[in-house]
Amino acid sequence: MGLEFIEGNEAIARGAMKANCNFFAGYPITPSSSVLQYMQGMLPHSGGIAIQAEDEIASMGFCIGAAMAGSKVLTATSGPGISLYSENIGLAIAGETPMVIVNVQRQGPATGSATKGAEGDIQFTRWCTSGGLPVIVLSPATVEEAYELTYRAFNLSEQYRVPVFLLTNKEIGVTRESVDLEAIALPSLVERTRVAADEEYLPHYFEAPSDVPAFSDFGGEHIARFTTSTHDKAAYLTSSPAVIQEMIDHYAAKVDAAADELALVKEDFQDGADILIISYGITSRSATVAVHAARAQGVKVSALSLQTLYPVPRTAMTSSMHGMKKIIVPEMNMGQYILEVERLAPADAELIGVNKMDTTLISPAEILERGGLQ
Amino acid sequence: MNAVRETYLTDDIGPLPFCPGCGHERLVKALDQALFKLQPDPKKVVIVTDIGCIGLADRHFVTHAFHGLHGRSITYACGLKLARPELTVIVLKGDGGCGIGGTHLLNVARRNIGITLIVANNFNYGMTGGQHSVTTPPAGLTATTPLGNIEAAMDLCGAANAAGASWAYRGTGFDRDLPDRIADAIRQPGFAMLDIWDMCTAYYLPRNQLRKKDLTGIMEQLGLQAGVLADRPRPEYGEHYREVYATKQPAPRQRQQITAKYANAVVAQTGIVIAGSAGQKIRSAAGLFAQAGMFASLNATQKDDYPITVMTGHSVTEIILSPERIDYTAIDSPDYFVVVSADGLNKSGGRIEKLAGSTTLYAEESLDLPATEAKVVRLPFIATAKKVNRLSIGIVALSAMLRDSGLFPLEALEESITTLQKQALADVNLRALEAGAAMMGVALDK
Repeated sequence: MGLEFIEGNEAIARGAMKANCNFFAGYPITPSSSVLQYMQGMLPHSGGIAIQAEDEIASMGFCIGAAMAGSKVLTATSGPGISLYSENIGLAIAGETPMVIVNVQRQGPATGSATKGAEGDIQFTRWCTSGGLPVIVLSPATVEEAYELTYRAFNLSEQYRVPVFLLTNKEIGVTRESVDLEAIALPSLVERTRVAADEEYLPHYFEAPSDVPAFSDFGGEHIARFTTSTHDKAAYLTSSPAVIQEMIDHYAAKVDAAADELALVKEDFQDGADILIISYGITSRSATVAVHAARAQGVKVSALSLQTLYPVPRTAMTSSMHGMKKIIVPEMNMGQYILEVERLAPADAELIGVNKMDTTLISPAEILERGGLQ
Repeated sequence: MNAVRETYLTDDIGPLPFCPGCGHERLVKALDQALFKLQPDPKKVVIVTDIGCIGLADRHFVTHAFHGLHGRSITYACGLKLARPELTVIVLKGDGGCGIGGTHLLNVARRNIGITLIVANNFNYGMTGGQHSVTTPPAGLTATTPLGNIEAAMDLCGAANAAGASWAYRGTGFDRDLPDRIADAIRQPGFAMLDIWDMCTAYYLPRNQLRKKDLTGIMEQLGLQAGVLADRPRPEYGEHYREVYATKQPAPRQRQQITAKYANAVVAQTGIVIAGSAGQKIRSAAGLFAQAGMFASLNATQKDDYPITVMTGHSVTEIILSPERIDYTAIDSPDYFVVVSADGLNKSGGRIEKLAGSTTLYAEESLDLPATEAKVVRLPFIATAKKVNRLSIGIVALSAMLRDSGLFPLEALEESITTLQKQALADVNLRALEAGAAMMGVALDK
């Protein structure tokens, strides 16, 4: 056993290194800046590049270029930086670019409170670029999960050729916790499928819409093409509505069709409970304490905490909400993921959002009180 | 030796799409001739473009083709080049792209990343209807300057030059030696740019009666030179980076791991706050204390609060220790509160007023405390730390608190200090630990 005392941002950098990340570009912003510094401390020594770009737009541009040249790339920012990443996130989706984007959330809107935590970017992350196509969003609750989910985010980005978001929070990013990273069981490493030199190559080749096209590096054995404009499987511009729809269906299907496979959730169900708390991120830890406290008072309550926010883990959410009379959704925002819960909740269930955006954590007591669990 | 490649253009997807007489066609063909001279392997060349009419060109080459967002081509090119230094990366960009992506032009020149930038500069936005750009000459008529441009024209080479460009050239699409100059640029190991002025026959030419010879006339009018305007080679960024960081950077420090080896007397999640001033090493002391807790078989968390201007004001750290997994990481009701300076007190005054009777407050004796229900232990932290080292006040105070509370053995803190700190610092902090614990002994004896 090797215990360490590290912050979430370091765990993210370590998870990325474990996943063989070899390129990082980012721009300093509290509370994510230390991810850049950790990567600069580790990457060059292993032959990689970690660069501080001139702004967030360039950070994403460097990352997309490097990813298309075959690198495994990470970038990290906070909410205001995601605003500037937006146009290039769309480009990464259009080009089927594998990359991992970390958002260490802080209190918004605008500059907000740079050093204070929040969960205000949930729907923003889902709808962060024009076109509205689906993205994968993972959200850790602890420093150990920040490590594990960063590693998994790399695997998913390689497997599905999509940008994958790690949506964390100042409260995890710069809080140190006692951890044992070596004891965390990780899945095997996934690398993007590459087209062999003697095989035919089309930049966006698929048969079924949900197929993930095999990759060829810029500078590799095939002449690669990449375009921001509406294109066909060959990455040539097209104005054919049929071809355009086929490509859009493909972008959507490869994420949506994998929703169950992508669903990482933690269930803590109690027999006979008709109250459920659905939570994610740092707030799920308050929910855990609240659940224990409620049960100690004889209140039957179940809990579902989500590590995958998008695609919405519909199957897990629907089955856990089955027969529930009351569903409590605590969030450090004014009610964002509750919209996803609402879509899937039983018609007769009472939905209670426990919301706060004053920069402090939602306490277990607040969940108990406002959720009517006392 | 491979056969000589006659052209790097392909008509696989049809002829070049430019308007009749458009300067972009001349420029694309000049680039083709430059590549013909250099004969690179097409698989080792990437043409990168962004939005603007010139952005239609990349896919007409037999090389890799990357077409990105408006004004951002330089950033993709930099990523490609940094990831694969063996590639020849050529950016074709319009004057519009140089406006919206101006910072990328300055910064690639400043960093000297080894890409080639060719600006197809035709003084207006051809793709969106002939609006003015950053290079539209004064009085130039465009869709958005119908009474004549009143903005100054940007000197792209001058801007790149000011930012440190290692090689820059200005000319027109009619220059007979343009393919040679493009080849010169591609040969540069560092960043090289060409600002090539030409005609937009759809919009700018009809509105402004621009003739071939007017291009040089405008240069003269603006006081701009043609030809090679910068030629000062310096190390290419990626090469330099790998030389400095990959070879000279020490291996990441192997972190000291912690083994749970001491017992503890903590029965439930315990919250400890230490409030002091910037420069008192409060965060560092708290980190050593929390890790001492880990040596004593406890889980731990640490949160720091301090102003953005880190060398002034308060430094307040919260530590949680627990024999169980720590779920809720805020301290709503601290079990122990340690305040060592006026800055710490100012930041925590409101909190101290609300402390419960179950909290023990360890306070520097000279501080004027607000009324509180907490059990107060007043100690001479400042005077005691002064005898050891003023920067050890955090360890002095936390050692006193540890001795008094008995949360875990002092040996665990001693081990944390000796394991995690360099010898010289550890020696100071071990003396601080002793002084802090002894001070508590004295207080208890009273």
